[in-house]
Amino acid sequence: MSVAVGDVVAEKTYTLTRDSLVRYAGASGDFNAIHYRDDVATSVGLAGVLAHGMLTMGIAVQPVVEWLGGDSGKVLDYQVRFTRPVLVDPLEGATVTVVAKVGVVDDAGARIDLTVTYNGETVLGKAQARVAL
Amino acid sequence: MDQGQYYSALRHRLLTPSPRYTEVVPVNPELQGRAFAPTAPYLVGREKVREFSRAVFSTSPLNLDPAAARAAGYADVVAPPTFAVVVQESTLAQLLAEPDGGIDFTRVVHGDQRFTYTRPIVAGDELTATLAVTSIKSLGGHSMVTAESTIVDAEGAHVVTAISTLVVRGDE
Repeated sequence: MSVAVGDVVAEKTYTLTRDSLVRYAGASGDFNAIHYRDDVATSVGLAGVLAHGMLTMGIAVQPVVEWLGGDSGKVLDYQVRFTRPVLVDPLEGATVTVVAKVGVVDDAGARIDLTVTYNGETVLGKAQARVAL
Repeated sequence: MDQGQYYSALRHRLLTPSPRYTEVVPVNPELQGRAFAPTAPYLVGREKVREFSRAVFSTSPLNLDPAAARAAGYADVVAPPTFAVVVQESTLAQLLAEPDGGIDFTRVVHGDQRFTYTRPIVAGDELTATLAVTSIKSLGGHSMVTAESTIVDAEGAHVVTAISTLVVRGDE
């Protein structure tokens, strides 16, 4: 696969709904109620139900996996910093956009830098995936 | 604390107003270098991998279809890159449960997360995780605790290392 620094290799938009959060709760075992109950979320000072940070992290790498032909085994290293929460409206859900751009190309493969935005702001910092090509 | 419940609580407590005048026990620096027992083996189930894959919006046949995974050279369905968190979780539960650790669950926020793979996790793997606290730093009244969980297979071969930085809020 021929890639150059600066190439945008994938771009995708996801709509997270409350259903998505319940599904992720079950799949991951993270049953914190702030991810499905408004009353609990507001009682701890949040504006409402939030997506699991690990769900956002999990989704953000999917466009890269698709670009790699579906081989998630080619993702050798993946890191993010949690910088802002994703608020999931009960009716509208939350729209999260991922842009994956080549940051580094070397003998080991490439570093893909992810820009993950919700509501016009990035929600993950230093989101980088090291991939084999 | 229940296994699997800390993550979100962590991250979002940052947004929670903390009670004033609460006595805060600082994070115990002796956690760094402490030996933790390996977790009980976690058997990676095919349906768990498929369930997790759907939950993170995977469209990859390698994550979902055993025949496609085998055709690509894997023994069974391949877990998505963040699946390791499911195995890592029990080590973080260990950390938060240390009686002298001084890590108050209600003051913890998930700061960052990293997975470094030697090979992908595949259904059928039996994985064991061992926790190490690699760093404890103070930053503006908060403590930053870096927990590194080394995950190996039934043969003891390295599969993935999961690293979490937890931010423990100090008194304010």
